[in-house]
Amino acid sequence: MPLTETILTEKDEQFSFDFHKETAEIMSGGTDELKIKLGEFAGPLDLLLYLIRQEQADIFDIPIARITEKYLEYIRLMKRLDIAVAADFLVMAATLIEIKSKMLLPRDPALAADDEEMEDPRQELVDRLLEYEKFKSAAGMLHERSTIEAAIFPRGPIESDENNAEIDASVFDLLTVFQKIVARHVDEVKMEIQREEISLADMIKNLKARIFEFGEVNLLEFFEEMHSRRELVTAFIAVLEIVRAETVKLLQNKTFGDIILRKV
Amino acid sequence: MDLEVLEVSEKPSRTPTELVAIVEALIFVADEPISTRVLAEVLEEERDSIQAAIEQLQSEYEGRDSGLQIREIAGGWQLGTRTEYHEEVRKFLKTRPNAKLSLASLETLAVIAYKQPVTVPEILEIRGVQSASAIKTLLDRRLIVAKGRKEAVGRPMQYGTSKDFLVQFGLKDLSELPSIEDFEDLVN
Repeated sequence: MPLTETILTEKDEQFSFDFHKETAEIMSGGTDELKIKLGEFAGPLDLLLYLIRQEQADIFDIPIARITEKYLEYIRLMKRLDIAVAADFLVMAATLIEIKSKMLLPRDPALAADDEEMEDPRQELVDRLLEYEKFKSAAGMLHERSTIEAAIFPRGPIESDENNAEIDASVFDLLTVFQKIVARHVDEVKMEIQREEISLADMIKNLKARIFEFGEVNLLEFFEEMHSRRELVTAFIAVLEIVRAETVKLLQNKTFGDIILRKV
Repeated sequence: MDLEVLEVSEKPSRTPTELVAIVEALIFVADEPISTRVLAEVLEEERDSIQAAIEQLQSEYEGRDSGLQIREIAGGWQLGTRTEYHEEVRKFLKTRPNAKLSLASLETLAVIAYKQPVTVPEILEIRGVQSASAIKTLLDRRLIVAKGRKEAVGRPMQYGTSKDFLVQFGLKDLSELPSIEDFEDLVN
């Protein structure tokens, strides 16, 4: 796990901070944008596991005061480096402080008499850490598998294979295409002149007629023909409507390829 | 007329050696892993004979230290190169390994693989961190797919792994994943 927090400042300098030695040094960098590399912690649980191991503490008996202090130190460091601390890291900080304060409180004598084995305030956190750690290891296993798999090549790249069984395009793919076109339209339309807008019913009729005539319609081309944002939206809804009615199929010949509407 | 009936009813008679060769040919031309069931149907043979032919084929490839191997993947059989020769193959194809998934994406994928169908809040519960961008990456790379909505408050979307996931991670099926409890022993 890399321990060095690196930050590239606007002055083309790389600011690196060794968290453990608490020393900072300026290194030369090569970019003018503010770029932040926040170690490689996948989340607050990951950071916590790391700190526990760093302190050589027993996960079943976490020295909560020491770990909380280390954790907060890390958060402060992130802030000092102007790194936007993800809310989830702060939630964990609050949880740690809560557990710490609970452990400092004397036990309620009335409760203690009743219930000899009062639950350890750390228990829930420990359970979460153990659960998380399993998935972290599973992620490592997946990483190894994919590395091995990447070294095996099947006959011909399947993705660019035109004969490949057509991938059913999803609504997400549809949205991506739509966004692409809307984005292109943003700059073009400066002023909208009132004009007769095509109704959804007409749009569906037109599109259906086209699919019927040609057997298939390339969605990208169809969307490109629209003159205004409004028409584009109407066209998009028309596509959704036609697909929903299941008279046509959405197809994509290859990943990220054009989406085709085809008669079933 | 009689001849036609004869042709349809008569089972193709192939020697085991022929069957091995035909199975090899079909696996070679198939774009996707081809299942024993499909091979049996196309060739009108018993599944056991197909299975035996594949095993024979595998041992032949191994026996002569072939650059190819026949692997069971995503519920079918696929011909692929041996890992040992990936550098040469890559040099020829001029390809680079796919961009590696980030730690966050891998973790999210692990949670989805083991807990599917699973919702975003459930993933957050385990990982302790928002996974929205990881989920987007995994959807973009077609490793996961939406699996309908959960009948719960807010009807959250559920996610599961795709067939591409099995292919990219070299799995026959999901049951080939080690049990999540096995990782517990590993951890402690």
